[in-house]
Amino acid sequence: MFIIKLIFKNAFRHKLRTFLTILGMTIAILAFGLLRTVVDAWYAGVAASSASRLVTRNAISLVFSLPISYKEKIRQVEGVKLVSAGSWFGGIYIDEKNFFANFAVEPKPYLELYPELRLSPEHYQAFVRDRKSAIAGKKLIDKYGWKIGDIITLKGTIFPGNWDFVLRGVYKGRDKGTDETMFLFHWDYLNETMKKTVPRRADQTGFFMTGIRHPELASEVSVAIDKLFKNSLAETLTETEKAFQLGFISMTEAIITAIQLVSFVIIIIIMAVVANTMAMTTRERMGEYAVLKSMGFGGRHIAGLIFGESLVITSIGCALGIIAVFPVADIFSTALSTYFPIFNITKVTIYMDIGASIVVGVVAASFPTYRSVRIRIADGLRRIG
Amino acid sequence: MAIPLYYSFRNLWTRRLTTALTIAGMALVVFVFAAILMLAEGLQKTLVETGSYDNVVIIRKASKSEVQSGIERGHASIIEVQPETALGPDSRRLIAKEIVVLINLPKRGSDKPSHVVIRGISEVSMKIRPQIKIAEGRFPKPGSSEIMAGQSVAKRFKGGGLGEILRFGMRDWTVVGIFDAGNTGFSSEIWGDAEQLMQAFRRPVYSSVILKLRDSLEFDNLKQRLESDPRLTVDVLRETKYYEEQSEMMAKFLRILGLSLTIIFSLGAVIGAMITMYAAVANRVGEIGTLRALGFQRRSILTAFLAESLLLGFIGGCAGLFFASFLQLFTVSTMNFQTFSELAFSFSLTFEILYQSMAFGLIMGFVGGVLPAFRASRMNIVEALRAS
Repeated sequence: MFIIKLIFKNAFRHKLRTFLTILGMTIAILAFGLLRTVVDAWYAGVAASSASRLVTRNAISLVFSLPISYKEKIRQVEGVKLVSAGSWFGGIYIDEKNFFANFAVEPKPYLELYPELRLSPEHYQAFVRDRKSAIAGKKLIDKYGWKIGDIITLKGTIFPGNWDFVLRGVYKGRDKGTDETMFLFHWDYLNETMKKTVPRRADQTGFFMTGIRHPELASEVSVAIDKLFKNSLAETLTETEKAFQLGFISMTEAIITAIQLVSFVIIIIIMAVVANTMAMTTRERMGEYAVLKSMGFGGRHIAGLIFGESLVITSIGCALGIIAVFPVADIFSTALSTYFPIFNITKVTIYMDIGASIVVGVVAASFPTYRSVRIRIADGLRRIG
Repeated sequence: MAIPLYYSFRNLWTRRLTTALTIAGMALVVFVFAAILMLAEGLQKTLVETGSYDNVVIIRKASKSEVQSGIERGHASIIEVQPETALGPDSRRLIAKEIVVLINLPKRGSDKPSHVVIRGISEVSMKIRPQIKIAEGRFPKPGSSEIMAGQSVAKRFKGGGLGEILRFGMRDWTVVGIFDAGNTGFSSEIWGDAEQLMQAFRRPVYSSVILKLRDSLEFDNLKQRLESDPRLTVDVLRETKYYEEQSEMMAKFLRILGLSLTIIFSLGAVIGAMITMYAAVANRVGEIGTLRALGFQRRSILTAFLAESLLLGFIGGCAGLFFASFLQLFTVSTMNFQTFSELAFSFSLTFEILYQSMAFGLIMGFVGGVLPAFRASRMNIVEALRAS
């Protein structure tokens, strides 16, 4: 008990310095936590994907479409439960800055494939019944202040023209990991309009979302689907939703690696700051350590004092940083909702914060400890300042 | 009278461990600061160099990028006869009707697929873009299944090298040339004959029409006429503007990330410097008293301590920049969110970044040192002398 009291007394002997070091530590833990959350946000799509959903798209690349006639053929494949056509619409709401994901889908099968998108029965009925209708996530509706019944106009980038949709429903996510910023509307609306305006592009879809009976069937079913369309004009590439999302992420790997590196750099910076504080503290107390030694305390005691002090400083900073990260992440998630629809702090991030603070505390204390433990009593007593 | 700079320097030297740790912290911050600026600069440079001011890109209205755009053959022929187009040496119009699509290609080494832009070109495409030269091999024969790859594609993607074969659109395409497009976005593209690619991809429309202006000032005329032509629905942009818009989101992302990181990091480093300087002052109370008794003025003491902390910032800045300059050897390749295609660019160090980073280091030193220096200069002579 006594030793803990001594460590605390020691830590706060130099109030200003300790305060500054704790402040630095708080900022570092805050930044570290935020950066890890940014990386998590990047992988949010992967975390939210289901093992029993497959994505089939044109093998050349995503910009090429598939004939809608493939749908029935895919449905006949052994193990397939249901199929929905879908297209990335890429519409712009008023200005390019207001980016959100908008897809043309087949409401019934698509919403059955995605049970995590929760819609009230009235909204569901209204959406299914009206071909010009659309639904949107809760976050998106709150952001733009839409109300049910509003007419929303999107400017098409891939499909030319201005497109009007009637908002018929709001979906909520089943859990925090569900993207609540999507905008979904009828694939039929898109297709019928294309038949009139650009017949060449009618009866084509961007991808097929396939639900399978068991997740274990994923590889068999994917191979079977791709085999069906081998050597056709539009060869397909089928993979699990997870693999599909990961493929996207691997293209921006460089950025993720950079963010991860930077998050470690900040830990190294704070390590230098805390080590500096500890080096100064021990230098000032060389005389005291010599006194302790001459009284018979061993090197282990002195080491314990220094490590304890260092850990006290880093843990206080860490605790404050963790407390601060939640409100700051909230601000971030509103400011960056265009880039990251999902921005949640995970438990792992908190554990990593704690781990980082312990590592910083230990590393920062080791070199000063080494010097203090080794000092000879006479040298220590002789030393001034 | 001023206290010699040597005094400040020796003070830092005496507390080598503390000095080294503080400088290390600052150097890391300057390193990150410079790295982010260099990255943003590299991205911008790549995209600015990609476009030429006198070239005009015509894409379908509101389609934002060539990949999403589509221009019917009939429309392309209307655009083709505009009088503002420059003439080549053989008095042919410098206008290229191109098709741009994305294909999935696996990377060398990791085998991970990424999107690569494949551009179907006309014969004048090279003439409009004089920055592009054949580095190896030859120009693909028009009307054949031959393609040429940008240097960055040849290096990073499987099947992109000279003599290799790529399979897409149910055909085998031979890479007969590698072209050098310098630091531009074209380095991350594959070029082939437009008509052949249109056949292979079963896509009977062009993506964009690119023309060189006869006179740069005629752009507004052309834009006005084409955009108000009832037969057409097109956007007319200068090529420079077009490529700038392609990277807007990415550049903005880098800026936000860079700015917030730098602010947070510099707070950490300033705190480090402050701790060091406060300790330097606290350890030397007697010394300061003596200096004051010798007749040095408050102002000289203030300057000496500020100089010490500026020196910290200066050395930190130099060290950070030294390591950052090695980043120029690296190339970053990532997907541009807006175009979904792979883009390679490198860190680029300019004089502006050089002195911005140095200034940043010095400011950190100054902010960290100013409070402790004030404390030192405001000490009472008698009390300070008694303290030791």
